[in-house]
Amino acid sequence: MNEAVQLTHISHIYGRHRVLYDVSIAIQPGIIFGLLGPSGSGKTTLIKVLLGILKPALGQSIVMGTRMPSLHQMKHIGFMAQSDALYPELTAQENMEYFASISGLERQSVKMRVKSCLETVDLTSSAKKQVSSFSGGMKRRLSLAAALVHDPDILILDEPTVGIDPVLRETIWKEFHRLTVEGKTIIVTTHVMDEAEKCDQLALLREGEVIVQGTVEELKASIKADSLEEVFLHYGRVTS
Amino acid sequence: MKAAAVIHRILRQFRRDKRALALMLFAPILVITLLWLVLDTEEYEPEIAIVDAPVAFTNIIEHKEADFSSMNMREAGRVLKAGEVDGVLSWEDDRLSLILEGSDSAANRSVIRLLQETLQDMNPLHQEITLEILYLHGSAELNLFDNTGPVLIGFFVFFFVFLVGGISFLRERIQGTLEKSLASPLKRWEIIAGYLGGFGLFAVLQSLIIIFYSIYVLDMFMAGSFWNVLLITLLLALAALSLGTLLSTFAGNEFQMIQFIPLVIVPQVFFSGIFNLETMHPFLRGIGRIMPLTYGAEALRGIMIRGEGPSDYWMQIAVLAGFSVLFISLNILALKKHRRL
Ligand SMILES: Nc1ncnc2c1ncn2[C@@H]1O[C@H](COP(=O)(O)OP(=O)(O)OP(=O)(O)O)[C@@H](O)[C@H]1O
Ligand SMILES: [Mg+2]
Repeated sequence: MNEAVQLTHISHIYGRHRVLYDVSIAIQPGIIFGLLGPSGSGKTTLIKVLLGILKPALGQSIVMGTRMPSLHQMKHIGFMAQSDALYPELTAQENMEYFASISGLERQSVKMRVKSCLETVDLTSSAKKQVSSFSGGMKRRLSLAAALVHDPDILILDEPTVGIDPVLRETIWKEFHRLTVEGKTIIVTTHVMDEAEKCDQLALLREGEVIVQGTVEELKASIKADSLEEVFLHYGRVTS
Repeated sequence: MKAAAVIHRILRQFRRDKRALALMLFAPILVITLLWLVLDTEEYEPEIAIVDAPVAFTNIIEHKEADFSSMNMREAGRVLKAGEVDGVLSWEDDRLSLILEGSDSAANRSVIRLLQETLQDMNPLHQEITLEILYLHGSAELNLFDNTGPVLIGFFVFFFVFLVGGISFLRERIQGTLEKSLASPLKRWEIIAGYLGGFGLFAVLQSLIIIFYSIYVLDMFMAGSFWNVLLITLLLALAALSLGTLLSTFAGNEFQMIQFIPLVIVPQVFFSGIFNLETMHPFLRGIGRIMPLTYGAEALRGIMIRGEGPSDYWMQIAVLAGFSVLFISLNILALKKHRRL
């Protein structure tokens, strides 16, 4: 019982549409876990269930031993949604300060954490700019910084690097690895294969079902493929 | 308390969103001024017939801006009925009696005002004077602006807080910040409390400006206490905000929020007492009983026209507070859709 996240037999339906079917995933602490799957396969839905902001029809999400939703565990979770949840009227700095204070960070440390997180995503020079004047990539980076601001133990990132240039993407992934060394757990959804390669563990989702999960090597070995792309295409085709 | 962070953030948003700020603070001023221009005809020079007044009195009143003619009571009665004068002043011992023609409320007001000024000027003579006002037609109805003014003050506060508050909350839902807030340790009631606090502060500011402007600049009739008026407008703002955020749950975009105005706001105006409902079927009149603005308007009229204090309208206060409690609870319940805690 020392998993960071444990999802057990999760099923969910939207209207009459089955979005998740009997998904069970266990995520060990201190790793980067990649959630892979074509568009519409249920990644975002699964993440909402994990966070406890969507109640599944069946199954439960347990984070660090506590059943979600739990206000206590929320303090230790950083969440970056697929669409940028930011206040366009406010500056980057003000957005960060707000998210820092609602996530339970002490007053004294807010300023410092905001500053260092904005540095991580290379937005220090734009801290005083209103978010409405930001480019897509800048908003993405700010959302990431907002998820990091309270130094959470578990980071849940829904397609964090969409619209971010390769150089910065590299820095961000380096930061992810640094965080896992500190013992943090990171869960990312992605479509990008070279990002998936960097994950310690992967789960491939298709039409709401986990087709296969394991390390990158295990996945490749399972169908004797050379690249993850092949794995993705192989499992995407099978039985469809 | 994390609700304080929500309040702080809302205040910052307001500071950036100059349009919303201007809408809340100055649009009511503009509209109320226009109404004043239309409804309040101030510069009317009344025509008054005077019967048997003491010299001390006529000496003073004759310097006022009015058209006077002395005559006997019979003659005065005839010209009053014919509408040739606005009022007849007659004097018996120490009793001053004023008969107003009554059908023009603006004329009534200027005659009464003129007379009060005169009596004040006479005060150095330390005379005990009782003024009796009679109406040939109509009654002591104040002018339309004074009469509808209290309701308008309540209406503006209600309308603008409803609209701006509702749309802000809707935006949180659309832009995903509500979801993001719910993915934090913020409690549902803290979100609602933060909203009430942040917008409450603006509602206070807005109410202060509207009340101050109406009473001291536009000279709206005001018999009661400024603070009582503020209390009622605040309660109205609370009800409006909680109703606005609640209804925003059922709107998919800003335009759909606007569509609530003819459904939710306009009927409240009809039933709030701007229009006379005496002739309406009692059952239909009862519809007004389920509308917050009805209670706010009743209390505001009581304060501003009749000079009532809280003991006279505690029922209205209780009902307004009840509406707010109901809407706030429903808001917290509605958020449960997103997160159980
Ligand atoms: N609120 C909703 N109401 C109804 N159906 C929904 C809702 N949200 C998602 N769906 C459906 O659930 C399915 C899974 O959606 P989800 O957003 O989880 O996919 P995803 O894997 O995140 O896709 P993408 O990679 O494009 O972000 C889709 O078919 C979508 O149409
Ligand atoms: Mg998604």
